[in-house]
Amino acid sequence: MATLSEAPPPLAAAEPETKKAPRKRGKWTPYWLLLPGILWLVVFFALPMIYQGSTSIQTGSLEEGYKVTWHFVTYWDALSEYWPQFLRSVFYAAAATVLCLLLGYPLAYLIAFRAGRWRNLIMILVIAPFFTSFLIRTLAWKTILADNGPVVHVLNSLHILSVTDFLGWTAGDRVLATPLAVVCGLTYNFLPFMILPLYTSLERIDGRLHEAAGDLYAKPWTTFRKVTFPLSMPGVVSGTLLTFIPAAGDYVNAELLGSTDTRMIGNVIQTQFLRILDYPTAAALSFILMAAILAMVTIYIRRSGTEDLV
Amino acid sequence: MPFVNWLKKRLVVIAGLLTLGYLLLPNVIVTVFSFNKPKGRFNYEWQQFSLDAWKQPCGVADMCGSLSISLRIATLATIGATVLGTMIAFALVRYRFRARGAVNSLIFLPMAMPEVVMAASLLTLFLNMGAQLGFYTILIAHIMFCLSFVVTAVKARVMSMDPRLEEAARDLYAGPVQTFVRVTLPIAAPGIAAGALLSFALSFDDFIITNFNAGSTVTFPMFVWGSAQRGTPVQINVIGTAMFLVAVLFVLASMLINNRRNRQKA
Repeated sequence: MATLSEAPPPLAAAEPETKKAPRKRGKWTPYWLLLPGILWLVVFFALPMIYQGSTSIQTGSLEEGYKVTWHFVTYWDALSEYWPQFLRSVFYAAAATVLCLLLGYPLAYLIAFRAGRWRNLIMILVIAPFFTSFLIRTLAWKTILADNGPVVHVLNSLHILSVTDFLGWTAGDRVLATPLAVVCGLTYNFLPFMILPLYTSLERIDGRLHEAAGDLYAKPWTTFRKVTFPLSMPGVVSGTLLTFIPAAGDYVNAELLGSTDTRMIGNVIQTQFLRILDYPTAAALSFILMAAILAMVTIYIRRSGTEDLV
Repeated sequence: MPFVNWLKKRLVVIAGLLTLGYLLLPNVIVTVFSFNKPKGRFNYEWQQFSLDAWKQPCGVADMCGSLSISLRIATLATIGATVLGTMIAFALVRYRFRARGAVNSLIFLPMAMPEVVMAASLLTLFLNMGAQLGFYTILIAHIMFCLSFVVTAVKARVMSMDPRLEEAARDLYAGPVQTFVRVTLPIAAPGIAAGALLSFALSFDDFIITNFNAGSTVTFPMFVWGSAQRGTPVQINVIGTAMFLVAVLFVLASMLINNRRNRQKA
């Protein structure tokens, strides 16, 4: 376990410039070391982005083949037809991210400061579900949220469902096939991606700072607000990014737990690509999603002032 | 109000444990329903206890075939990504070179990209090249997205390494190869192992990128996806439960070994 918990969250890889003197020996060594891996990323990650860009401005048909005609109208058509799904993806992903933060923070805090000798065990229990296929686990939510299951029963008898029905989060006194189910599934699926970076940044906090705050007559809540939370900001930033980005592009939860009214942009891209075979539209949608995410991430990182994330 | 005070003190613990429950509930359901005997084609409602699925884990057509494809892809992708990623990590930490920023963003971007975008763009590449979709296109894609995670895991470990250990080895007349194999590699091993483990888990469980680039090859996650439409056999719960148990036991065992080793050292 030690190995996994030592690995920092991917986004939090802050990199202080190495201060060691550059080695004289082997001037070309770094390039040989980099070559195969970087080549792989260039050919199978960067190049596809270019192909996708070019596909999005092509016209033609499957039978006659496609040609680049600089047909930018595809973007306009795609946006004007699918803007509801775009908006929905952003809303669902944002809701799931906030929920992940609210649910994940106490658990990360618990592991970092209060777990004592249970720390490793809880850590294992957070990571172990990863090893069961997430599709199987998502299907389990169908059982948990089933129409005649205990969850719906309790929510119904407490009249909570009539409130959420009114808000449009659920419909017809059921949870499955509603936005609530999709957000619940997204939250569940990406929660570990929030907990691990939060834990890493909380664990680094010097315990004496808490004592100092206490000595200065800060109440526990004030200590948290003024000391702990600000110091855990790197974890909060990378955690929210690690949940928001995959959640915004996800189509599994919307497909398995939602209905046609909860389709997200990922569902549209998947259907266009794999079933309707309208490659230009699909490529355009995917390109817009990529641009939107990159723009949001850049602004977010700038505003939260932790640029050393990248 | 002693009770309120008691509650106040333990609020974080209670909230944390509730979250842990939320995280583990689906696994409990998966396990319980692996002993179910469903009435129809779908295994979503509890009917009666049965060991049938555990007695015949491969009793469903094509499921164990898809499992073996997934295992093979995950193993190969792990090896590929770990080797390539470790090389990049060493280059990044140990050497100065041009285009460092570009290399860093090329590593970072795949982790900051929604999977569906990578999946779709990779498919356009394969379509344009006229590549035959299947085992090898899946493998290529998996190595691609696992690479970045290996680099970050290994880099963190190598960065925290004391360079004087290697200098000491060289002072003791160890050649560069010997230094690397006897000193550097053992110290970097936990980082490399973490990266490899993560790669295996990511590749084995990947659905979105695989779904786009698999052609007619069916991996285990794709089998589960298909069964969600056609009917879910109890056996997928058996596999899910077994994987969970194997993971927990594996981790517990490695922890015990670590503890014993530390005690022996002390």
